[in-house]
Amino acid sequence: MEIFEAIILSVLAASTPLLIAATGELVTERSGVLNLGVEGMMIVGAACGFGGAWLTGSTIVGAICGIVAGTLLSLIFALMTLGLAVNQVATGLALTILGVGLSGLIGAGFVGERITPAPHLYIPGLTDIPLFGHILFGEDPFVYLSLALVVGVFLFLYRTKAGLVLRAAGDNHVSAHALGYPVLRIRLLAVMFGGACAGLAGAYLPLAYTPFFIPGMTAGRGWIALALVVFASWLPGRLLIGAYLFGAVTILQLHAQGLGLGIPSQFMTALPYLATVIVLVLISRARAGGSTAPAALGTVFVPDR
Amino acid sequence: MRKILIAATAVVIAAGASLFGASAADKLKVGFIYLGPVGDFGWTYQHELGRQAVVKEFGDKVETTYLENVSEGPDAERSIEQLVRAGNKLIFTTSFGYMDPTLKVAKKYPNVHFEHATGFKHDKNMGIYNGRFYEGRYIQGLIAGKMSKAGVLGYIASFPIPEVIMGINATMIAAQSVNPNIKVKIIWVNTWFDPGKEADAAKALLDQGADVIMQHTDSPAAMQIASERGKLAFGQDSEMIKFGPKTQLTSIMDNWAPYYIDRVKAELDGKWATDDVWGGLKSKMVVMAPYTNMPDDVKKMAQDAEAAIIAGKLHPFKCPVVDQSGKTVECKGGDHLDDGQILGMNFYVKGIDDKIPGK
Repeated sequence: MEIFEAIILSVLAASTPLLIAATGELVTERSGVLNLGVEGMMIVGAACGFGGAWLTGSTIVGAICGIVAGTLLSLIFALMTLGLAVNQVATGLALTILGVGLSGLIGAGFVGERITPAPHLYIPGLTDIPLFGHILFGEDPFVYLSLALVVGVFLFLYRTKAGLVLRAAGDNHVSAHALGYPVLRIRLLAVMFGGACAGLAGAYLPLAYTPFFIPGMTAGRGWIALALVVFASWLPGRLLIGAYLFGAVTILQLHAQGLGLGIPSQFMTALPYLATVIVLVLISRARAGGSTAPAALGTVFVPDR
Repeated sequence: MRKILIAATAVVIAAGASLFGASAADKLKVGFIYLGPVGDFGWTYQHELGRQAVVKEFGDKVETTYLENVSEGPDAERSIEQLVRAGNKLIFTTSFGYMDPTLKVAKKYPNVHFEHATGFKHDKNMGIYNGRFYEGRYIQGLIAGKMSKAGVLGYIASFPIPEVIMGINATMIAAQSVNPNIKVKIIWVNTWFDPGKEADAAKALLDQGADVIMQHTDSPAAMQIASERGKLAFGQDSEMIKFGPKTQLTSIMDNWAPYYIDRVKAELDGKWATDDVWGGLKSKMVVMAPYTNMPDDVKKMAQDAEAAIIAGKLHPFKCPVVDQSGKTVECKGGDHLDDGQILGMNFYVKGIDDKIPGK
């Protein structure tokens, strides 16, 4: 395999969990809810995803288990922040702590077990094309799924009425409510979608990336996904670019080191975060101090009855 | 009247609590602070095995507590103090980064005994212990030098601290002794534990032509990648052969159980005193996993080297040690570098074509 092809394959694999989790969080945030519990939902998704795949031997069952687990956890968040109007930041952080603990408990039974990783696509002829055959036609199913997800979310947000209503709820929940839209129900669905995506992203790690489960294996990817949403200034297109950029920096810095290019690894590791800060500054300057964030992001909404 | 009643009740409860407290105090409380999750199958897992050995050995006489996933920083100090307040009399803090927090808490509580792993600062009530893992690295280097067909080793390193650098050096000194042209590619991942990143680093090293992977990080991810690609690898901290039955050559295993039992016994007997222990293959603090997936002659070479190190006939940092620039390092330990030089190692030996990050 050409080294070029190998690098691209690694980049795509490294970016996929970030992309999936960030897409879900983007939808959640566009509806006006800030869920900082992505890391927690991911790690529970990883534990349940592995458990499902280990018990049944099926990657698909594993993925579904991950999705269900992430959704269930997001329902706790929804109950607190939407139902009881609790502070979203505090609840999100608590959700992460809960998730990390819960995943250790769930995963305790199968630490050290192994499963067969998700199969990669293989189309005779096409996959064997040199240079880009494997990149286009030889990925694991999650990579294609993540791309479909971003396209789907883009079409939903900008080409459907439901998407418009969701964005309205995120920008001005009082007006959306006054127009008769069920703000809380919209947000509930958005939070659940975010949870499902985080669970799937978490499940990707033990199902395709490193086929075993170890507590804490998400290692902060949920936080990177959160940063990515900001980096993308809440736009799906930029999210796609951002996720692959984050993945590319991670992988390329490893290769740069292996080649002995002499760039300090600490600097390279910090680069994606530095990029996020710079993008934030650029955005806020370009908009003369304004922010692209959904206007009602993080604010609690209690409908007057 | 009501106030008096409440006060009386409080006194009774307090007296009762102190009674229960007294009966619990018969047990020695021993606390552990872990860096990772107990199920990391690496560094923390080995410390947990040590704790379990203590429980098995002393049964009802001890009560152990552990806190896992404690990050190296302000959190550590708080966690150590929490164990002190919970009545632990002997506390093991099991990662390098806990050094200063442990020292700080130790100064505050002179009646509690502390044991810090892999550091270099101690006190009247704070002992230190570490394994001479570089001895195992030397043996791995010999094996890697013989087993690499490409003549390129891939090394996944965590942080550029002496502990990691001495491991790289010991590996390369040994590898060059059996194959003078051997090369090493080093990737720093700046983490002890991130399976995804460790796997990515392993992929990058293999893509760049390395065919034997070794790591100074804690998860079996790299082993699994090497196994998928049909290459060879060494485990780390624990037995990892499960993750690569046809891949693992051997693994340097940390064996803390004898030391922990020893120290808890000293505490129970009231004989605990501060110490500075650096145990290697000889004291069995460092143990090699079975030599697998290699021809018999390589296996014999590894076993002979292990025996020679145990017998004190072979030292990985035997003088002369030559650094990257070709300068011979001063020999302070007679015929080998002394412990201080090894513990403070901040240079690469000759034959490593790379730079220590940040240097």
